[in-house]
Formats: sequence, C-alpha cells, structure tokens
Amino acid sequence: MIEDRKSLIAWLQAGPMMLVFVAFFLLPLVFVVIVSAWDYNEYEMLPALSFRGYSDTFEGCIAQLPELCTILKTYAKTVKLCFLTWVITLVVGFTIAYFLAFHVRSKTWQIVLSLLCTIPFWTSNVIRMIAWVPLLGRNGLVNQGLIDLGLIKVPVEWLLFSEFSVVLAFVHLFTFFMVVPIFNSMIRIDPKLVEAAYDAGATGFQTLVNIIIPLAKPGIVIGSIFVITIVMGDFVTIGVMGGQQIASAGKIIETRLNALQFPAAAANAVILLGITIVIISALTRLVDIRKEL
Amino acid sequence: MTDSVKLNAKVSRRSLLKGAAGLAGLAAGSGAITGFPYVNSAEPKVLRYLGTGVNEGDLIGQQCFKDTGIKIEYISATTDDVTKRVITQPNSFDVLDTEYFSLKKLVPSGNILGLEAKKIKEFNNITPVFTKGQLPNGKKIGDQGTAPWKVLYLEGANSKTFSKTATDHVTLIPTVYNADTLGIRPDLIKRPITSWAELLNPEFKGKASILNIPSIGIMDAAMVIEATGQHKYADKGNMTKEEIDLTMKVMTEAKKAGQFRAFWKDFNESVNLMASGETVIQSMWSPAVTKVRSMGVPCTFQPLKEGYRSWASGFCVSKAATGPKLEWAYEFVNWFLSGWAGGYLNRQGYYSAVLSTAKANMTADEWGYWMEGKAAMGDIKAPDGSVLEKAGAKRDGGSYDDRMGGVACWNAVMDENDYMVRKWNEFIAA
Repeated sequence: MIEDRKSLIAWLQAGPMMLVFVAFFLLPLVFVVIVSAWDYNEYEMLPALSFRGYSDTFEGCIAQLPELCTILKTYAKTVKLCFLTWVITLVVGFTIAYFLAFHVRSKTWQIVLSLLCTIPFWTSNVIRMIAWVPLLGRNGLVNQGLIDLGLIKVPVEWLLFSEFSVVLAFVHLFTFFMVVPIFNSMIRIDPKLVEAAYDAGATGFQTLVNIIIPLAKPGIVIGSIFVITIVMGDFVTIGVMGGQQIASAGKIIETRLNALQFPAAAANAVILLGITIVIISALTRLVDIRKEL
Repeated sequence: MTDSVKLNAKVSRRSLLKGAAGLAGLAAGSGAITGFPYVNSAEPKVLRYLGTGVNEGDLIGQQCFKDTGIKIEYISATTDDVTKRVITQPNSFDVLDTEYFSLKKLVPSGNILGLEAKKIKEFNNITPVFTKGQLPNGKKIGDQGTAPWKVLYLEGANSKTFSKTATDHVTLIPTVYNADTLGIRPDLIKRPITSWAELLNPEFKGKASILNIPSIGIMDAAMVIEATGQHKYADKGNMTKEEIDLTMKVMTEAKKAGQFRAFWKDFNESVNLMASGETVIQSMWSPAVTKVRSMGVPCTFQPLKEGYRSWASGFCVSKAATGPKLEWAYEFVNWFLSGWAGGYLNRQGYYSAVLSTAKANMTADEWGYWMEGKAAMGDIKAPDGSVLEKAGAKRDGGSYDDRMGGVACWNAVMDENDYMVRKWNEFIAA
C-alpha cells in the first residue's frame, strides 16, 4: 500500500515534466520522422510515402566510391570538428573546473569566476563574428602583431574563415558547458580522499588519475554530451566562422528548409539524430551515469 | 533583399488605440450611447506587413500613418523566411511585400491574393520595365530568369496560372527594383574592372566572395561563367541539369583553389567583409555598397560589360485579408505609389515603380544624380539627412536607362530548383 502510494506520488511529481516532454519534444519528433518519409514539390509537402528525402541525401554514395559523397564528406567534417572541439573543451574545461574546485576556496569567488565563463554568451552571433574580424582578419591585431615581431612577412590567412577559427569559436563558447558539470562533480569529492592519497605517498599526477578523474567521470560525460550534441547540430557558428565555406550537418538541414523542402530537411534531421544518438550511447556505455549519480 | 531583421512592434500606440476602442465599446455597452456601432468606427487601421526590409523603414511607416491613418506593423525576415512564412502561416500577415521570383512557389500554394489593377490609381503609370520588359524609351531589356512581366498577371482572381496577356488580376503590384552587380575595392585593386569574369581571376585569390543564397548565388555564378566564355546559357535563370553541373564544377574548382575568402549570407556580413579588406571583389547589394562608403572606405558598385542581375518586388495580400483589411491594403498600396515612398526609395539607390510621382517628391539635383547619371550639384543626402556623396560625384553605373537597360537576367526559381539546391550543398561541402 505504502509502496503504491509512494510510486503514485513519484508519478505525480514527474508528471508535469513528462507532459511537457511528450508535448514539446516527443510529439514533434514523431512528426519529423513521419514527414521525413513524405514526398514534396516546390511549395508543399505531399503526404504520400516516399523516401526521396533519404535517397536524394545519399545520392552517389556508392557510385562515387572510393571518393566520399556529399553527405559522407559533410559528416566526416562535422565529426572532425566535433571531436577537436570536444578534446579541447574537455582539457580546458577540466583544468578550469579543477582550479575552481580545489584552488579557489571561497564560495563567492567560485560563483563569480564561473559566471565569468558565460561572458561569450552576452553578445549575438553576428556581433561576435564582426568582433573576430579585427582580431584574426588579414589586417587584424594578431597578424599585425606577428608582422611587427618579425615572425611572418605576409599576413596568415588561416586564422579566419577556416577550421581553426570554427574550433576556436566553439571552444570559446562551449567550454562553459564542460566547466559546470565537471566542477559540480569535483566539489562533491571528499577532500579527505585526496589527503589520504597524498598521505599514502601518491604523486600529484597519480592522485589526479586514480582519484579525481574517476570521481569526476559523471561530470565529464554530462559535459561531453552537452558539447557533442550542440556542435553536431550547429550551423550558425560553422557558417559564420567558416566563411560559409565549410559544410556541416546542420547547414544541410537549413538549406533544405530554406528551399521549402521540408521532407528532405526532416530526413536529414533524422539521420543527424541517429548519428548523435550512436555517439552519445557509446559514451554512456563507457560510464553508466545513472549508477554514478 | 536585405537581411537586416528587425521587428517593428511599436505596440504602444496600437494598444493605446485599442484601449480607446475598448472604452468606446464599454460606453456603448453601458447604454450611454445607443444605436450606433461605435466600436467599429473607432477601430484603428492596422496592417501587418510581412517583407524583406527593402521597402520598409520607420520613416515610411510614420509618413503613411500621417497621410492615411493606417498603422503599419512591420514583420521583417529574410527572403527565404518570408516565403516560408507565407506557405506555413498565411494568417500571420495582411500585406505581403516579396520578390517576383518567389511567385513560382507562392502562387500555386493559394495562400496569397493578387490585387486588382483597376483599383490601383497609378497602375497605368507603372514603368514599362514591369509591364512590357522595356525601358520608358522603348529599349528592350534582358528577360532571362523570372522577369517580372512573365509573372505579373493571373488568369483570374483565384487562378493559379500566370497569364501571358494583361488581365485585371495582378500577382504583385510593383514597388521597387534594382540592378545588382559586383562590388569592388578600387583602392586595393588599383586597375579597371570591366567583366564578371574577374571574380574568378587568380589575381584575387583568397579575396573574392559570392553570396550563399543558392537561388541568387547561382545566377551570379552563371554571369561569371558566361563572361569567361566557358558556356553560353539559353536561360541563366532556368538551367538544365547539365548546365547546373557545369556551373557548380567551375565554382567548385575555384573554391578548392582557394579563390574565395568567405561566402556571405547576411547584409552586414557583406559590408564587413568589404570594409575590413578581407575581400576586394564580391557580389553585393546596392545599400551595402553605400554603407561601406559611409564608413569612409572606398567601394564601387562596378558596372560590368555583361550587364546586371536584376530583382524586383511588389505587394499582394494574404488570402485571409478581407473586408476593411482589404480596403486598407488598397489604400496603403495607392499611398505607396503616390510618390513620397518612391522618392524615399530612389534616394537609397533603389528604383521606384512609378517614376513620375517619385520625381515630384525629389529635388532636381537628387533626380539628376540618382536617375540621370548627372554629377551632383550639391551634397547628396540619405533619407536620414546624412551626407552620402559630395557635390560633383556621379552615381556608379550612371543613369536609370544605362543601369536598367543593361540588365542581363533576373533572380529566378528554376524548374530544376531541387537539383540545384542539392548541388549547391555539394559545392559548399567540397
């Protein structure tokens, strides 16, 4: 009886969120999947079963072998950018979180410093793009500085509108999403454990690898999920920082939407969703978040 | 055409008027005033105006309210988003301001309603560029692509087919148009540029740009390829699959060789690329060139021997606009063509559909500079009063007849649009 009641209360507590989730996430997602199998013309969707959205997307993938077709090339590029961003944000984010958790003692300062990480979000994308040009551009500060120092003779072009600038912008934006969950995991680590490790003669590095990293794992995985899902679906930052010359999975969806080819856009969205789920489930296979929390 | 997205909600006055209407209604309901539908007469005249920003401006809205009492609520979006909104949310606007090339998508959807020519006072004074495809002096202009006169009339009020002959049912009442070309930085190029082919000249490797809106970008690409002599298109605005393949192949090779610094999509991006010197030659829109110049950076909207790529836009209404809304829409469109707005647009470097009324709203010097290609006698000012050009300056490309007479093709939606979009994605991914 009491068990029943408990579970009823649990359901009631979870209910509102579940309703929101079903109405605003699951249902739209079901629609996207349905629409992805429809046909379309210049201006409307035709509710007839057709896998044109999918077959068009993979057009030439077998015929062009060994060369990669557009969609595979695009995904290779997207995954590469995603991987680079993930590695860098992980290293940088972990370091910042470590500093905040173990070196900054006052709670106020911990809050103030983590809020500083949100500064990149205070401006809009267009303004950020405009701000990068005077810094990284052909006549920008960095190039001028390098020339004045005599390190280079002609301005370096790969600083802007390149994969470098895309990854830089991602790291600049999304390190925050790594810092917060990792920091959250780290402050829960009992300081006694760290002290015990030192007392037992462990070096700083050994403590890091054997104590802190394993205990911060849930934070690392949650941060990774944030960063990977955002970067996989991004088209604005890649577009703006890549000079619109770098393809991304999100960009393909946007172009299709703008051409009113909703079923094709939906098909691409389903593909993107599938690939992202594979990556995330591989990650959670490594660490069982539920158990760790 | 411009992507500057701003939402001019300006609810304050509207809600004030609404409040007043509500009070009147309350008074009527309380029995203080009997027998007359006061609520109706006090209803403010409001039109929701969906458009791309070209014809919009706080000043136009204010002047319109002053002259007609119609309050315009602007909903600004990019060209693509305007089309998307018409298709998916036809009830969210009253008046639509869009480009002729979108009509191939909009008319079959049945979501828009053309206006009747006989209710437009100045309809017979509209420039023959729209109605006959020729200049006022009789010179024929280029008709490749979705030229406005091909899609100007419908066969009937609710017809979904374009009429080849003039009817009373007009798809879009013409308002504004222009001839686009490449923008260049004369101070950095230091030699004359006369052909579209220069966009792919290795001399400008890493310093060129093109716009990443497939339906417009491919037209610019076609101008370039035709100029280099690699292919002569039957109709640049309606390519065959083979022609699309060829166009994208040439562009892809140039991209792989590092010809392009960046592609742009947004008005401000194009200004920024040019002003910072990241690019020295790129496809551009007229007001963007003006903006770069107003920043003190030399920039020329370079006339080229192969001609211009042109675009045009006009007004229609949502099929949901009926009764008084429809009457106000006619009142608004008639006001728009009556001259004040035309002069305003001409002064920004666009062209107004009714030239005679616009002329009456401009000074002789302004008309000479913008329309006749004459050297300015005094300073030329923007609508907001800031100085655009010093006395003695001449407009890039010269007179209206020179510029519009040089039009080679129009923005278009191709029959093979679906294929083209896929190939464009391939080009970006290459």
